[in-house]
Amino acid sequence: MRREGSAFQGVGVVVLKELSDHLTSVRMRVLEWLVVLVALAALYGAIQQIKDTTAEDPFLFLRLFTTSREPLPSFVSFISFLVPLMAIGLGFDAVNGEYNRRTMSRILAQPIYRDALLFGKFLAGLATLAVSLITLWLLVMGLGLLLIGVPPGAEEIGRCILFLIVTVIYAGVWLAVALLFSIVFRSAATAALVTLGIWLVITFIWPVLAGAVAQMIVPIDPRYAALGLQTPGTAEAEHILARLSPSTLFAETVVAILDPTTRSLGPIYLSQMQGAVLGAPLPIGESILIAWPQTVGMIASAIVLFVIGYVIFQRQEVRA
Amino acid sequence: MSGEIVIEAKGLTKKYGAATAVDHISFSVGRGEIFGLLGPNGAGKTTTILMMLGLTDISEGEIRVLGFDPAREPLSVKRRVGYLPDAVGFYDQLTAADNLRYTARLIGFKKAEREEKIAAGLNRVGLSEFADKRVSTFSRGMRQRLGLAEILMKGAQIAILDEPTSGLDPHATSELLAIIRAFKAEGVSVLLSSHLLERVQSVCDRVALFSGGRIALMGSVAELGREVLGGGFVVDIEADGAGLAERLALIPGVSGVERTGISKLRLHADRDVRPEAAVEVVGSQGRLRYLGVQEPSLDAIYNRYFETRPNEELTMKDGARDAA
Repeated sequence: MRREGSAFQGVGVVVLKELSDHLTSVRMRVLEWLVVLVALAALYGAIQQIKDTTAEDPFLFLRLFTTSREPLPSFVSFISFLVPLMAIGLGFDAVNGEYNRRTMSRILAQPIYRDALLFGKFLAGLATLAVSLITLWLLVMGLGLLLIGVPPGAEEIGRCILFLIVTVIYAGVWLAVALLFSIVFRSAATAALVTLGIWLVITFIWPVLAGAVAQMIVPIDPRYAALGLQTPGTAEAEHILARLSPSTLFAETVVAILDPTTRSLGPIYLSQMQGAVLGAPLPIGESILIAWPQTVGMIASAIVLFVIGYVIFQRQEVRA
Repeated sequence: MSGEIVIEAKGLTKKYGAATAVDHISFSVGRGEIFGLLGPNGAGKTTTILMMLGLTDISEGEIRVLGFDPAREPLSVKRRVGYLPDAVGFYDQLTAADNLRYTARLIGFKKAEREEKIAAGLNRVGLSEFADKRVSTFSRGMRQRLGLAEILMKGAQIAILDEPTSGLDPHATSELLAIIRAFKAEGVSVLLSSHLLERVQSVCDRVALFSGGRIALMGSVAELGREVLGGGFVVDIEADGAGLAERLALIPGVSGVERTGISKLRLHADRDVRPEAAVEVVGSQGRLRYLGVQEPSLDAIYNRYFETRPNEELTMKDGARDAA
């Protein structure tokens, strides 16, 4: 038998309420300032570097995002570890906070399904992240225009917009992680710690570990090693393992989109490179094709994580 | 019980793995009735309430709330039933009115009726002047009243109150009970759970005493008193008069006279002997200062019932052994 009514009844109400909570919270303000300051630092480094070195570059504007100057990392690398922090900051107490405030049973006694509460919380978190990322993006674009003085071409604008979309998707993945742990753990502090721990492991330890695990699965062939080459099987295994981490997926997607000369994100044979004009930029459509699997991978992992959380939440006891 | 039945449970059961939280309970609540689910913590009261609202699965049996099945039609049930959870919480950073606005939007009230209903609800519980204050400044009693304002705003036909009086001072408790009585006057059925028996005794039309997931006793307080405490009436008298105690002992139906203080007497009888006692006092030229009959108290009923129960269980076990 089907249950009556729509699972989405009340989603809009929950989204609006959560959104206003997020946008007025002190936490959000702190995160915003953190992001803005860090991004400005990275941007400053990039612009110094661009002014020093680049004489002629058809994609000068995109360099803004990817160029780094020691000791600061590039804007993209800053974003790739700040976005998870923002998402975790917004999501770690989404569900358990309702229990701890003892509002959960009162809200669920209203004519809505639990689905609406969870969807609403996720969408509101994503909207908040999108708003702050768009703001940041506009800020960077504007500063870039002012400081470099070269207007970006249509394709550059297109690539910048794609970068923004991919960043929002990446934020969605981490928001889903944070939401999942806020459902699993009743204590907000535990949820925050566990989520941050997982972020640390996935972002900083897993890439190193992936290489070691890959060598265990496919041992290095001494013949390749003698020639100073990577064993193809090992390299492939390492890539597959590394791509389990959303950070890797994001990094690869961004490389494909912001660097038009990127032709492949995995290891390729020399034979596959035959006839290629190295260093020649690809059209935007081709770059999208290269980044497509990674992007879909991120969307899929966000959905899977959300569904796991959804199932747990549906079966959870309401009483605190 | 009068008229239409709004809640009806039959063999309602909730199991958590091997443990049974609610064990085949059956009861019904009529329109405009105040029904008390009483019993110690962990007796299954809250679980029963959650099953009524469709917030937890039913393992066995069935329940109908206003004719709807909460497991299948939870939205219809929740649209018509107001729920005040145990130690209700609100969003502290929002004002009282904003908290209610959020709920009103979730219920789906139109903008025009929303403000009116919120103002009316807050007014009824005496929180009008605090409408624009943040809930973080509210006392526990005010939070409970805000919870009741939410139910009033919702226009619920049934109000389910889980431990509404726990943690409240006597003044706040009596305010709360007054609001609950007002619900009844409007034809709203009230189902309230509590472990504080005497506090709710005064408002409940009927009560169900829970114990270990079962309903041990059900009925009005007077009925239960007769059933558990025996048919005895206790009449207290404060009066002087020569040989009064002896004369009172001769009233038909009086089984004993006890001296409880200076010129204070207590009669144990099998019926209400107040009229006869008054006649005797006046007849003996005594001065009557007090004459009252003790209402059976739920506390006494509860304690008496569970004093005798262990023996029952013992005999039941013996019986089972014999049968085996």
